[in-house]
Amino acid sequence: MPRFTPQNAAEAAEIIARAAAGNQPLEIIAGASKRALGRPVASNDVLDISALRGIISYEPAELVLSVHAATPMSEIEAALSEHQQMLAFEPPDWRGLLGSGGEPTLGGVVACNQSGPRRVRAGAARDYFLGFSAINGWGESWKAGGKVVKNVTGYDMSKLQAGAFGTLSVLTEITLKVMPKPQTATTILLPSLAGEVAIALLSQALNTPYEISGAAHLPAVVARRSGVAAAAQGGAVTALRLEGHAPSVAFRVEAAEVLLGRGERLDAAQSAQFWREVGEVSPLLPAEGRVIWRLCPTPSAAPEVLQGISGAFASAEAYYDWGGGLIWLSLDAAAAGPDAGAAAVRGAMARAGGHATLIAAPAALRTAVPVFTPLPGPLEALARRVKQSFDLRGILNPGRIQEGH
Amino acid sequence: MILMPPPDQAVLARRTQIVADLRQIVPGDGVIDTEHERRAFECDGLTAYRQLPMVVVLPSTTAQIVGVLRYCTAHNVKVVPRGAGTSLSGGALPLEDGVLLGLGKFKRILEIDTANRCVVVQPGVTNLGITHAVQGLGLYYAPDPSSQIACTIGGNVAENSGGVHCLKYGLTTNNVIGIEMVTMDGEILRLGGKHFDSGGLDLLGVMVGSEGLLGVVTEVTVRVLPPPPGARALMIGFPTVEGSADCVADIIAAGIIPGGMEIMDRLAVEAAEAFVHAGYPLEAAALLIVELDGVAVEVDHLVALVEEIAQRHGATSCRASQSEAERLLFWAGRKAAFPAVGRLSPDYYCMDGTIPRRRIGYVLARITQMEQVYGLRVANVFHAGDGNLHPLILYNANIPGELERAEEFGNDILRLCVEVGGVLTGEHGVGIEKRDLMGTMFNETDLGQQQRLKCAFDPASLLNPGKVFPQLCNCAELGRVHVHGGQTRFPELPRF
Ligand SMILES: Cc1cc2nc3c(=O)[nH]c(=O)nc-3n(C[C@H](O)[C@H](O)[C@H](O)COP(=O)(O)OP(=O)(O)OC[C@H]3O[C@@H](n4cnc5c(N)ncnc54)[C@H](O)[C@@H]3O)c2cc1C
Ligand SMILES: Cc1cc2nc3c(=O)[nH]c(=O)nc-3n(C[C@H](O)[C@H](O)[C@H](O)COP(=O)(O)OP(=O)(O)OC[C@H]3O[C@@H](n4cnc5c(N)ncnc54)[C@H](O)[C@@H]3O)c2cc1C
Repeated sequence: MPRFTPQNAAEAAEIIARAAAGNQPLEIIAGASKRALGRPVASNDVLDISALRGIISYEPAELVLSVHAATPMSEIEAALSEHQQMLAFEPPDWRGLLGSGGEPTLGGVVACNQSGPRRVRAGAARDYFLGFSAINGWGESWKAGGKVVKNVTGYDMSKLQAGAFGTLSVLTEITLKVMPKPQTATTILLPSLAGEVAIALLSQALNTPYEISGAAHLPAVVARRSGVAAAAQGGAVTALRLEGHAPSVAFRVEAAEVLLGRGERLDAAQSAQFWREVGEVSPLLPAEGRVIWRLCPTPSAAPEVLQGISGAFASAEAYYDWGGGLIWLSLDAAAAGPDAGAAAVRGAMARAGGHATLIAAPAALRTAVPVFTPLPGPLEALARRVKQSFDLRGILNPGRIQEGH
Repeated sequence: MILMPPPDQAVLARRTQIVADLRQIVPGDGVIDTEHERRAFECDGLTAYRQLPMVVVLPSTTAQIVGVLRYCTAHNVKVVPRGAGTSLSGGALPLEDGVLLGLGKFKRILEIDTANRCVVVQPGVTNLGITHAVQGLGLYYAPDPSSQIACTIGGNVAENSGGVHCLKYGLTTNNVIGIEMVTMDGEILRLGGKHFDSGGLDLLGVMVGSEGLLGVVTEVTVRVLPPPPGARALMIGFPTVEGSADCVADIIAAGIIPGGMEIMDRLAVEAAEAFVHAGYPLEAAALLIVELDGVAVEVDHLVALVEEIAQRHGATSCRASQSEAERLLFWAGRKAAFPAVGRLSPDYYCMDGTIPRRRIGYVLARITQMEQVYGLRVANVFHAGDGNLHPLILYNANIPGELERAEEFGNDILRLCVEVGGVLTGEHGVGIEKRDLMGTMFNETDLGQQQRLKCAFDPASLLNPGKVFPQLCNCAELGRVHVHGGQTRFPELPRF
């Protein structure tokens, strides 16, 4: 299988232009750590852009970072840490989840719009994506957005590229808004609540002005797998994270406990570990013999969705993040059957509103089952026209989101 | 002078028939035909440009919007959507041969969902109307453009409007989670909802800020938040503008994201002080207002930190509000800055570029030089946290040539913003105002890609044409052959 390794954006554009002329689709990879995410790409040729790396500019006081797209996350994290800054959307490392190696890159994170537990308060990757340079399916280099934190000049193309899984253009340069790292964090763990009670409580907490930046509920079987001793004591845990300046966190933790009940408190280090696990889905791992779904329902409907699915599959294991707005679900692959449980999962979601994505499953299943929630006809037609407006011949990651485009 | 596309004579010739047909779709008083009544819609907030629309249609149901758009597509009639008409960039400027589609009758709050912290509203609800609907429940809608009593959420979605608090709380795009829209061919689409993120392509993300060119928004779901429990403001005077800008940089570098952070220059301070008597330091070359919000311990803690940073940067005066009344007084001058400047001059022209903050000293010095060249004065107010400049160019429209001079001055300021690494518009949109400057930021390929996206939504280019892009495009051609630098690079092959 041919593999192209351009050393810069101009070479990458050249390769894509040639591929377009020859109608030869390309699979785009950077660190290849998320290659098993989405539908397998219908292509034998690989465009490996991992040489497009390095920080272009970083202005901590402007809150703006520009990098070549395949810059490793580790490099970005190190640069930001030096100035006590961070990517507020807390992108998780899914290598454990996807059973992959490779070096995660910012381009991959942005292309997959990957956000972690803080998303419930701070927003998603797309919300911090200010501008970019990219190459479309004709091999043309183009750009959109800007390198300042506030800009409405032209269509907001960044939003469209985030979460396009590389199907619209290959990102070559990325500019992000960064944020100060909170000075400290405390997590309150409330024990032994039932799912519906926990989601109602998380909703109540998110409706307070105490700036909750993590809101998860782990049922007993799942919580037991946590590496944080206080969370793994046997029962269910409902977790609330509060971050910020130390005096403020101390006050808000106390106020939240007065309102919601006393719990066990995790210090900053334990808190970091707990939420890393939540983001990385490690409480559902290892996933051998299982399929893993990611559900984004209307948050208040989450317990009902999960009840519906658990009714169909006794093997279901799951936990909630984002106050119920995210459910990580693991099913026994054999019990889930040839559709990986899609009919039951999407049936339960249909009543709640939202979408469900099949994340971890063998490639054959991810080809046979629609990985992303199928769209209603007119929307599907629009999505297809949008794809064509960037990549008429289907050169870039064809089939990754949907069969045929 | 900004030119609009030449009107379609064939459409103008059929005007009487078109009006009659539209009355079939929107009965009663929903079709406005008389010149006198159409006059009310001839401009938006960019009042220097006026155009009587061919006909005004004010539908009251989504089904009627579908009917109007289907009809217009079938008969090749252009459509311009309109909310409250407060756009400052001419986005809602009517077309001589177009239907002006007013969303003013879509005024209902459809659902308040506290469990999911969201509100579903019709597009004609005002920005402040949303907050009013939920404040009894201890919630509010965060983006707060200064026009919030008048502007509609539909217009906010189209413009991706900001406000004083958007560094911390985001623009419209960060607070809208779902919409219902109708495409030009009459298809009703739902994007997003009450859930997080989109399952596939983020079409909602690109609809926000699309300036009415991609679809008509008929319903909006917004995130609402519990308001911060308290806030205090600091009013800090500096001997130089650079000093105030450096102070802002250090506040952010210290890990503080204030709820609001505004700079006013001497002329703006003088005008505001004369108007509202807020006690602004008149000896200062620049006034910085910093608002810190959150729980009381946090606010007091941060006020002390900011005071210390301000002293380090040579502040000549620094006052922290001791009461809610005093906080509001500090803001009163800033909030009244536009009308206050309006008292200095018969007319003013408000610009909206964004720059990297570290270039503020240089940019203001260049603007001062340009004041000499153009013989016009400028007052500067500035969303300092995010580098969004609002230079107000003072002029008198009754003096022949002065409007044109003000416009040319404004264009030079925007070119300067781009030159120092910034952008043409931070929150007011491109509209017609900055349309012809798009080439300073984007090349032909960049704009071609944007226009191909437009074609995916509106292949006949009937929705708000003449806005945002300096040239109209022919979608049929873009779709069939791909033109590069005037040459056909690859003859088009069958699909895929
Ligand atoms: C602060 C932080 C620290 C992290 N630290 C680590 C860490 O230390 N170690 C670790 O392993 N993980 C870490 N991650 C994990 C990370 O979230 C993902 O696993 C990783 O980003 C995958 O990226 P990739 O480049 O390997 O994607 P790939 O698997 O190469 O690509 C994923 C998808 O994106 C597309 N794509 C990739 N690049 C582009 C592009 N330039 N343009 C268009 N489409 C593109 C691909 O075609 C594919 O569809 C960290 C995340 C964060 C936020
Ligand atoms: C005094 C004053 C202060 C202002 N302050 C601010 C500020 O602080 N921040 C800021 O960002 N802006 C500000 N603005 C600009 C303006 O208020 C905003 O751009 C606002 O969002 C426009 O809303 P509107 O309802 O008036 O829309 P209109 O002016 O009617 O329309 C604006 C654009 O939106 C489109 N549109 C309207 N409704 C729809 C719909 N339902 N579907 C599709 N397209 C639609 C129109 O076609 C047009 O292109 C200010 C304006 C004034 C006059």
